[in-house]
Amino acid sequence: MTLDPWVLAAIAVMAAATLTTRAGGYLLFRAFSPPPAVRAMLGYIPGTLFVSYVAPALAAGGLQQWVGALATVAVMVATRNLALAILGGTAAAAVVWAAG
Amino acid sequence: MSRTRPRFSRAAVLEGARRSLPIQVAVAPFGLVCGVSAQAQGLSLAEATLMSGLVYAGSAQLLVLSHWSSPAPVLAAALATFVVNLRMALMGPVLGPWLDRLRGWRLWASLFVMADQNWAMSVTQMQSGRWDAGFLFGSGALMWVFWVASTAAGHLLGATMRPPPGHPLFFTALAVFVAILVSMWRDKRDVVPWVVAASASVLLARLLPGTSWYILLGALSGSAAGVWRDRRRGPA
Repeated sequence: MTLDPWVLAAIAVMAAATLTTRAGGYLLFRAFSPPPAVRAMLGYIPGTLFVSYVAPALAAGGLQQWVGALATVAVMVATRNLALAILGGTAAAAVVWAAG
Repeated sequence: MSRTRPRFSRAAVLEGARRSLPIQVAVAPFGLVCGVSAQAQGLSLAEATLMSGLVYAGSAQLLVLSHWSSPAPVLAAALATFVVNLRMALMGPVLGPWLDRLRGWRLWASLFVMADQNWAMSVTQMQSGRWDAGFLFGSGALMWVFWVASTAAGHLLGATMRPPPGHPLFFTALAVFVAILVSMWRDKRDVVPWVVAASASVLLARLLPGTSWYILLGALSGSAAGVWRDRRRGPA
């Protein structure tokens, strides 16, 4: 159970940087009401943000990622159930892994 | 009317915690990996747990830990964390209609526990007409507990349990994002922004390897393309 001062300093600045982004964007928006075009972009942020996580991961991924992702989409579309979709996708990825 | 709508009810906090259980289970492997990396880089259990509790940002922590040195790289850690987490500056304003009605500790606690997965669930709730920001806090607070606990577990298991790269356990993180993405789909208006975001993020991930600019720039370019398209067509 050691606490190194440099490690503590790194943790402190990482925590500050994270809180700045978590709260900063929202507080800036509240303080300066941005133009309508910027506000309109907010409606598209949720979808495009998640596209930007998933697309590069799939582009860099192999068969396991593709089969797993397709299974996740199929179960999610069919059931609209997050738990089942995660389970189904991971099961499909596990089958590819076991087969490879 | 808006005065009578609950802002932050206990019922919504509990509902957020309950409905987010699937993502909590899927966050655990990610936390385990983070704890294992921290242990491998020589952080003590107390340091690893403190980092997850105070920073609470998985991708930033993993990136910083993969470039760790001794003494700890303070400046590089701050910069990398800031860049990886810049996306959160876009996430907060989206939940403005909920957050604008909160003050004091409820606002700050809700912002502190806002992470990708529970933010996405909250956006879906908000879009379906729910007004209670307790959902964001309830789902986020439970995720924080899972995150800190799984980091500590990963550190303790450390060298004894190290699943090989490519193990399907690691796929759960991607499965969560894919499943959430499906729930984000609204209608054909999303085609253009999604295609632009996908192309930009894939390209930028190749051009700027080892950074996370592709997330922020992919989301911004896709959203800008959507707004540009809407304006050219005139009001729908």
